[in-house]
Amino acid sequence: MPPPAPQPNVRVVTLTIDGKDFSARADETVIELCRENKIPIPSLCYMDGLSIWGACRLCLVEVVGQGRLVAACSTRVAEGMNIRTNTERLQRYRRTIVELLFAERNHVCSVCVSNGHCELQWLAQKCGVDHVRVPYRQVRNEVDSSHEMFRLDHNRCILCTRCVRVCDEIEGAHTWDVMGRGSDCRVITDLARPWGESETCTGCGKCVQVCPTGALVKQGTSAGEMVKDQHFLPILARRRHAQ
Amino acid sequence: MNLDDLAEKAEEYRARDDGITHEVRVCVAAACQSGGSLPVLEALKAECGDGGGTCKVKGVGCMGLCSAGPMVAIAPKGGTIPDSILYREVKPHDAVEVLASVGGTPVERLHTPTDQPFFARQQRIVRENSGLIDPESFTGYVAAGGYAGLIKALSEMTPGDVLREMTTSGLRGRGGGGYPTGLKWSTVAKMPADQKYVICNGDEGDPGAFMDRAVLESDPHRVLEGMAIAAYAIGATKGYVYVRAEYPLAVERMELAIRKAKRSGFLGSKIAETQFSFEVEIRLGAGAFVCGEETALMASIEGLRGQPRPRPPYPAEAGLWGYPTLINNVETFANIAPIITHGGEWFAGIGTEKSKGTKVFALAGSIRNIGLIEVPMGMSLREIIEEIGGGCPGGKAFKAVQTGGPSGGCIPAQHLDIAVDYDSLKTLGTMMGSGGMIVMDETCDMVDVARYFMEFCMSESCGKCIPCRTGTWQMHELLDRITKLEGTEKDLALLEELCEVVQATSLCGLGQSAPNPVLSTLRYFRDEYEAKLVSE
Repeated sequence: MPPPAPQPNVRVVTLTIDGKDFSARADETVIELCRENKIPIPSLCYMDGLSIWGACRLCLVEVVGQGRLVAACSTRVAEGMNIRTNTERLQRYRRTIVELLFAERNHVCSVCVSNGHCELQWLAQKCGVDHVRVPYRQVRNEVDSSHEMFRLDHNRCILCTRCVRVCDEIEGAHTWDVMGRGSDCRVITDLARPWGESETCTGCGKCVQVCPTGALVKQGTSAGEMVKDQHFLPILARRRHAQ
Repeated sequence: MNLDDLAEKAEEYRARDDGITHEVRVCVAAACQSGGSLPVLEALKAECGDGGGTCKVKGVGCMGLCSAGPMVAIAPKGGTIPDSILYREVKPHDAVEVLASVGGTPVERLHTPTDQPFFARQQRIVRENSGLIDPESFTGYVAAGGYAGLIKALSEMTPGDVLREMTTSGLRGRGGGGYPTGLKWSTVAKMPADQKYVICNGDEGDPGAFMDRAVLESDPHRVLEGMAIAAYAIGATKGYVYVRAEYPLAVERMELAIRKAKRSGFLGSKIAETQFSFEVEIRLGAGAFVCGEETALMASIEGLRGQPRPRPPYPAEAGLWGYPTLINNVETFANIAPIITHGGEWFAGIGTEKSKGTKVFALAGSIRNIGLIEVPMGMSLREIIEEIGGGCPGGKAFKAVQTGGPSGGCIPAQHLDIAVDYDSLKTLGTMMGSGGMIVMDETCDMVDVARYFMEFCMSESCGKCIPCRTGTWQMHELLDRITKLEGTEKDLALLEELCEVVQATSLCGLGQSAPNPVLSTLRYFRDEYEAKLVSE
């Protein structure tokens, strides 16, 4: 007789997403399972390899029998869960959130270096945002070009804090952080000093690569030229956890 | 130490005042202090001297009728507020007259009857000691029966007994949500962990609410006792009192109370000669409203930016530094000691079927008696506002009352007969909240009220999630346009849509409830909005 099988630490559960059945490890989040199975879930702050932030609220899904919407990025799967990812209501909310983002700062695509390679732009197309119903805030924000290799344009920033997290969690420098409150929030380097004067920045450029919009870009790029490469992140993140 | 030892101690403290027949109590809580109660206290002390051994002048906590401060009460020793002669708006030069009336006829000019509904209709559990004992005196608290709950729990009950008593009591969280306290406690108690924390949320930030401040300023030991009982029940050894820095007096008195309780062996290691240890520290909030949200509060204690994080995991599972954490509001903790002393059944006998006990409300706005009251759950709003509060001053007609602060809503005159409890308020589209009640009369513009609360939410949004950060700005902009008579039908429709989105999608309670004042004023006063619209 073989020795009894060791008890696994993690159970496997089955659940339903948009009417189809899936199995998942109980420690997976809904968004991980969806990405694995090519079920599109829009998101801006979530990124494989970074900690969960739960702030963009675009990945909200409906769980049948639960009153409140839940964020797919911060919700673990559970046995028997019945999830709907793309109802009419969710589509409407997502469209409104994207509109709110467009109206908050300056996101004029035609002159943006990230035009054509921008996650916000792509998401707006997916969500069917063809016009913005809310008034634009028309706030003038600074551009910080003090760094020799990179440029920060607050006008394009959506405060997803991917730069803050990648710098802290992967590079280990914690150059970036957020200051201010509400609509006055902005990302800062060190203690709100110009980026070029930062003593902690290693110049690795990870923040630029993970930035979903044209807020963090390479110097010397012109309209539509800034293409980002994010493949490094899951690999680095996995190696970090393996240590 | 057991209950007999404690009773002996209390008797010993009381005996120090042997021979005293009357106490002259001067309110030294923040509201009366701002009206100049400290000079009054000095003048009375100087005038009284040793009082012939029969009269004693002392500073006490809040008596409730804040708008009439500085308040002075002349009470027979050990008497309550209704037993005393109460004086309003006392000035230092009134000292001679006030003292002359001890044991005699009241000074007519200053006298406030204590048989008026404001005092007579209250039932004081949380504020039992407020206005009676010196908040800076440890012996005063013990002499009034303090720490009996903690000693009873430690000497006669197991943690399981305490949890059962809490569940029986039916107490629900007084911070606003109304989550059953017993359930919350048992959840944390069940978590297997070496380290657990107890947090007292004193980050009271709703405009017009000052219940927790008064409790902390008037009876800080009561809160500490409740926290210690909670720690014993759930197996925590460390606690934090999170108070906003805008409450310096509350902070000062809490610090003093912690020091004195520790020196007397009611906090710290081996409390009352048992194996139970519990340390308490104060943490100050720097003025962000969102830090009253539990996950943001914990981030703030950890020294991080005060921002909420997604729940679950709830603090009961992974709270402060990832350890299971019990977090309750000041008023909730102030309810614990009497529940343990008198039993959960006793508490469950007060209030309504689903909301037990009493609730402290802060009456503010257009109402005659501005101040703090404590009434049993289920009292009708009409009794609270018209009888206890005395109605709107100047003969103006009542229009609405805002409960629950920026997360709540307005209740119009036609619903005044509703019994106030957690569930009934929800059916009206508002909530109990922490207990602020802002009364508005006929001159009040409801669109402007909504705009004010939206401005509050907008400037207090932490900026983390998109719907709250930019949604509140947009809603404020739309409300601003409507109040300036520039809004159109379309703007109103957009406002309603944004309300729905922000409510459904925001990360934390602040954003989710930010549209409530708009939705509730729209529900009851839609005509006022429509009257302000212009055609395109």
